[in-house]
Amino acid sequence: MSRWRKVAPWLLVLAVLHGIVVCAGFFAPYDPIEQDRKNPYLPPMRLHFVDTHKHLHLRPFVYAFTLRPGSFDQYMEDTSHPLPLKFFVAGDRYRLLGLLPARLHLFGADNERIYLLGSDAFGRDQLSRLLFGGQVSLLAGLLGAGFTLLIGWCIGAAAGYYGGWRDDLLMRVAELFLALPWLYLLFAIRAFLPLAVNPLQAFFLIVAVIAAVGWARPARLVRGIVLSAKERDFVRAARGFGASDVYLLRRHILPETSSVLLTQTAILIPQYVLAEMTLSFLGLGVPEPVPSWGNLLSNLQQYSVLVSYWWMYLPALIMVPFFLGYLGLASALQESPGAYKIERRSLGSLA
Amino acid sequence: MIRYLLSRMAHALLLVIGVSLLAFLFTTLAPGNYFDEMRLNPQIAPETLSALRAHYQLDRPLPIRYVSWVNSVLHGQMGFSFAYNSPVAPLLLVRAKNTLLLTITATLLAWAIALPLGVWSAERLGRFPDHVISWSTAILLVIPDLALALGLLVLTVRTGWFPTGGMASVDFESLSSLNKIRDLAMHMTLPVAALVLSALPLLVRHVRASVADVLHAPFLLAAEGHGIPRRTLLYRYALPAAANPLLSLFGFSIGALLSGSLLIEVVMSWPGLGPFLLEAILARDIYVVIGGVLFSTIFLATGNLLADMLLYWVDPRIRAESASR
Repeated sequence: MSRWRKVAPWLLVLAVLHGIVVCAGFFAPYDPIEQDRKNPYLPPMRLHFVDTHKHLHLRPFVYAFTLRPGSFDQYMEDTSHPLPLKFFVAGDRYRLLGLLPARLHLFGADNERIYLLGSDAFGRDQLSRLLFGGQVSLLAGLLGAGFTLLIGWCIGAAAGYYGGWRDDLLMRVAELFLALPWLYLLFAIRAFLPLAVNPLQAFFLIVAVIAAVGWARPARLVRGIVLSAKERDFVRAARGFGASDVYLLRRHILPETSSVLLTQTAILIPQYVLAEMTLSFLGLGVPEPVPSWGNLLSNLQQYSVLVSYWWMYLPALIMVPFFLGYLGLASALQESPGAYKIERRSLGSLA
Repeated sequence: MIRYLLSRMAHALLLVIGVSLLAFLFTTLAPGNYFDEMRLNPQIAPETLSALRAHYQLDRPLPIRYVSWVNSVLHGQMGFSFAYNSPVAPLLLVRAKNTLLLTITATLLAWAIALPLGVWSAERLGRFPDHVISWSTAILLVIPDLALALGLLVLTVRTGWFPTGGMASVDFESLSSLNKIRDLAMHMTLPVAALVLSALPLLVRHVRASVADVLHAPFLLAAEGHGIPRRTLLYRYALPAAANPLLSLFGFSIGALLSGSLLIEVVMSWPGLGPFLLEAILARDIYVVIGGVLFSTIFLATGNLLADMLLYWVDPRIRAESASR
């Protein structure tokens, strides 16, 4: 019970964070790939409550930007042109959860686009891209972690249960995967897969690549548990009564691995989201125009963007609350408190 | 000692061979090769392409290619780069040197900071300094490497404190040797800082945990009772006793820093393996990719070997074990 009480707040935090990303269409004011070519690299618009005449407004508003005289990429606030924020407005069409057609957005402004996190080179809204990008990155992380655990679980269970030469072989291969630095491994596997693919293929490619990289650590953990579980007295007794391998595994041995699997999930998901970000950042992942957290950052590789448009960096910080949530969840899931134990287990996948 | 060393070396060699086999296995699964894009060019005859493929043995079966590749490794070539039209090894060595410079500096620096911080934190377990260190490592832990590197870069570009990009100024050749070192150090500051900051939280936490584990051992209480000074107690007695898990962590930390350096080199345009490998992947220059992966494995294996040697030197239990065998 006390364990549940420790886990629950972190689950709540994560549920809220993921909920926002899942309902990106509602929270994002615009379509992520809609361009506004007249307004490239707009800085974030600041929310105001007090106007130039020192009047307080309850409804927050932003000022439209105009080009600074004599420049082509420097903007300044046009204080004669306030844009009040409207809540629950109808706007671009989207599909909630990919199914329900909807037009309702949390906020918007009449007639003009507002950019709370600025705009990119094509005048696309960074906030909308950030929220929709989360769908790609988080889903890649979740699916990747799911597949990794499935592979690791099967291999670990097989190695631990059957033992002998199968165990030796599988664990030697696992050692190979553990020994390599993960980014080199990711590179190597990605190098031998097709480069020019459409976004959907690229997405599944990434999931496959990151799932293929990390199976060794969970496999080793599961193997250890299976190895000790199959020697328990009640398992031997069941075997003596003629229980089959499948029954023993399903009924007595594999349930023992559930807590390790849960903890591993909490550790792997953020790492895999980061792996997706890294690949997409390097241009090996999900291609434009589909947004992902990685390719939102990729234009920071241009020096001019880095120097002039600092707000393009803001998407990098989005992972911090998610990491915090998953780290908290992982340490709450550990039976014994003390955060270092998790890290010791997760070392291999970090290295 | 010799025997222990040999067994560890054999292990490392097996690892390297295994990785090279694995990498080659992946190449057969790979669709397409370097010459595929030339097919679209009407000026290149299909016969020319198949002749090229035959020349580079890309049409041969896998085992034959592997054997000829091993042969070229033994001749110090590590295969042939299609994009550079030259053997891989010399190309790789230039970049690897830069990567090593970065990674070794970062590893040493990270450990030099992590050890005293961790010991200090363990000594004051549950008190104010410990809390400060725990919280700051927790904060560093939740900032992803990519965000950290880009953040440092944005900060530096806006303040202009350090040079960004490359590893030398334009007038590097004309500088005196002292100024050359200074110039290099200035260029290294940013990538090394990013690497150290990303590796630090894990190291500090492990040092803290391992030292805290041994701090209440009877032999330390006895030593304290003999009036041995606090500092000697911590660094001469407690730290070697806590060394075992830390030395295996040392091997892991090299791997983590190699990965981190791959990314940070690309972000900060450091002329190391990172940008080189990325380019090779995009060009399908497979032998360069295999060479890069192999190189990282060799470096990692060397690091682990070093950790094993240190462990042998520090931990008498291992010495006794290998002597009795």
